[in-house]
Amino acid sequence: MLKKALFLVLALVAVLALGISTAAAQDITELNIWWAEWDPANYLQQIGNDYAAETGITVNIVQTPWGSYYDRVTTEWAAQGTAFDMVVGDSQWLGQAVTEGHYLDLTEFLTTPADNGVSIADTVTPATLQYYGEYPSGSGSYYAYPTEGDANGWAYRRDLFEDPEEMAAFEAAYGYPLAVPQTWDELRDIAEFFNRPDDGLYGIGVYTQIDYDGITMGFQNPLFSFGADWKDAENNVLGVVNSPEAVAALELYRELYSFAPPGTNNAFFAEMNDEFINGRAAMIMNYFAFFPALDNASINPYRDVTGYFSMPAGPTGERFAALGGQGISVNAYIDDARKQASLDFIEWFATEEVQARWGALGGYTCNINVLQSEAFLNLTPYNAAFAETMTFVKDFWNIPEFGSLLEVAQRYLHAYVVGGEGTAQDALDNMAAEMDEVLAEAGYFD
Amino acid sequence: MATTSSTTAQPGTVSGTAVARRQMSDGAIIRLFVMPTIILLIVMNLFPLIYSLFLSFTDYSVISGTAPVWVGLDNYTSILSDERFWKYFGITGQYAIISVALQTLVGFGLAMLLRTKFKGSPLITTLILVPMMLSPIVVAVFWRLIFNPSYGILNPLLGFTDINTAPEWLGEPTLALWAVIIVDVWMWSPFVMLLVLAGLSAIPDYLYEAAAIDRASAWFQFRRITLPQVMPLLLIAVLFRTIEAFKQFDLVNGLTGGGPGDATKTISIRLYELAFQDFDTGKASALAYIVLVVIIAVSNLYIRALNKAREG
Repeated sequence: MLKKALFLVLALVAVLALGISTAAAQDITELNIWWAEWDPANYLQQIGNDYAAETGITVNIVQTPWGSYYDRVTTEWAAQGTAFDMVVGDSQWLGQAVTEGHYLDLTEFLTTPADNGVSIADTVTPATLQYYGEYPSGSGSYYAYPTEGDANGWAYRRDLFEDPEEMAAFEAAYGYPLAVPQTWDELRDIAEFFNRPDDGLYGIGVYTQIDYDGITMGFQNPLFSFGADWKDAENNVLGVVNSPEAVAALELYRELYSFAPPGTNNAFFAEMNDEFINGRAAMIMNYFAFFPALDNASINPYRDVTGYFSMPAGPTGERFAALGGQGISVNAYIDDARKQASLDFIEWFATEEVQARWGALGGYTCNINVLQSEAFLNLTPYNAAFAETMTFVKDFWNIPEFGSLLEVAQRYLHAYVVGGEGTAQDALDNMAAEMDEVLAEAGYFD
Repeated sequence: MATTSSTTAQPGTVSGTAVARRQMSDGAIIRLFVMPTIILLIVMNLFPLIYSLFLSFTDYSVISGTAPVWVGLDNYTSILSDERFWKYFGITGQYAIISVALQTLVGFGLAMLLRTKFKGSPLITTLILVPMMLSPIVVAVFWRLIFNPSYGILNPLLGFTDINTAPEWLGEPTLALWAVIIVDVWMWSPFVMLLVLAGLSAIPDYLYEAAAIDRASAWFQFRRITLPQVMPLLLIAVLFRTIEAFKQFDLVNGLTGGGPGDATKTISIRLYELAFQDFDTGKASALAYIVLVVIIAVSNLYIRALNKAREG
């Protein structure tokens, strides 16, 4: 009798708890997602509107200008606030957000197979899952679903590259045909060839921005492709950041800057597109997310003669592209019902059907099947280069100390590339020494 | 006061509250009015000041979610023994001294020119004041365009018509700080001019008339009448501008971001990086206090000079 009563009480408690939980989840009528102010956020709002039509839960994409986005999010973290349910955060924030407890652990959610035996993690390219979601690297713990895949690529003037006279002149000068560069050395030759200051045309546009991470992101492309890196497996930087390969990559980057339009001494994505649209650069580096503007005839007068290509290979044939983009994470400080509602949204968003729609709207999906679909590859002139690039992306540090490491990298790279101070070896030696200090102080070598 | 105000109330409308108000003492009313200000000062100024002083002795990151850990003078020692911080202090000092000196010269010169009224002088005075009314970020953005070696107007105006040899003002370490100084002088010389003009207009004419009767030269009149009379206001202008120059952030950030490399990195830019990029709140608080002490010390020198000028 007593056992029966106890069982009934427990069953009642369980039913009540389930009821409360279900009722609470049903009570969620809107979800707030924070992201930076740019076109992909508008596309996500359209996806959110679809979700609202299906479920009745309104999705608000709250946008903040890029310049103050990180400050706004970190302020909310500091307050352990609940102003957002989900945040589409930069890959570099991951270590800080995870170690300080701001992101919900999504490992089980992402890796548990669904009824068809496929987990959400299986649906995205491994590199994007690693760089947008995993922390620490190689741990198998995930905190974000890869949302907006992005990386550096190139836009170029096909009218110049395919002009018979230019092609003949280039071949006569360099001994091989003018075409989309397959190596960094070829890219350098083409930049030099088209660098004609007297005609108002310059060979190339490369990132040099010092305010945040521009020049570091730009330099990463040759750095990785030359076989160098920011660290080794034990987080050592001495002898790694200042390796001969890294020095060669930095010397090349500075040489490329010498073929860039004057005045691009603090230039990032907006300035790159500006230089291209104004006909001052034969080719520019930029994140794929900023190429839609170049595919708009009302913005880019060279739209019909604009081509796109992915990163060229380094001396050993390796190819890497600096990672951009963001993953979506759930705020650890919201209540359980809101967490569940957020997970429900991500689960829905990760389905192939929604990812195909996301890609069709202009979002850069990380879904393997969508990336390989003919519909996606032919959707824009740059999607094929994007899909190829997402298989060889690589990123900067994403540990909590990334801000300090980034400041060191920005300072030395800018001083050498733009300011022309010292040698590449000096710049990287000093950079490695300071980075080593930062890591040692943070206890990475204990 | 309270009684006077209550007597103006209409008969028959005096409520219990009005009676209570009538019985309030002057002291109570003063406290009533002053208290919100005091509370606001304590909450918005005093508490952050004391709390940040405490944080400056701790290892703490505002977004870490962990409590501050007392480290004594470690943050101060770390800052003062780091040669980069001395470099940034040096850049800030160089910038402040050159910029304020030039603003003083230009501002004083403009004030002397506009001292004599002529047709259109009010309009010209107003136009000259426009730069200081603009947002520093707006100023930085359009001066970036002006400095641009490809399409900016500064290089052609200076005679550099060949893009290939024209100086890249914001991209060369030796020029970048001068570029920031030029913009700061353009923006804030009108402020000095305004205060000096106020001082000039307060000088009694009879001093010059007496000097003229004594056949004093123009230089003598300037040195013995104009300068001493204007000096208190000029020093106030210099004091304000020096404090602002030491705190300079937005203009430098907008123009160069502290680059090339760290050629224009002022101490405020480094403070911002520490506080909002590295989120090293403890060290950032310590640096903020070091800057505060420097500014107080410099201000004290000016205030002493100001007092001397007043006494003289």
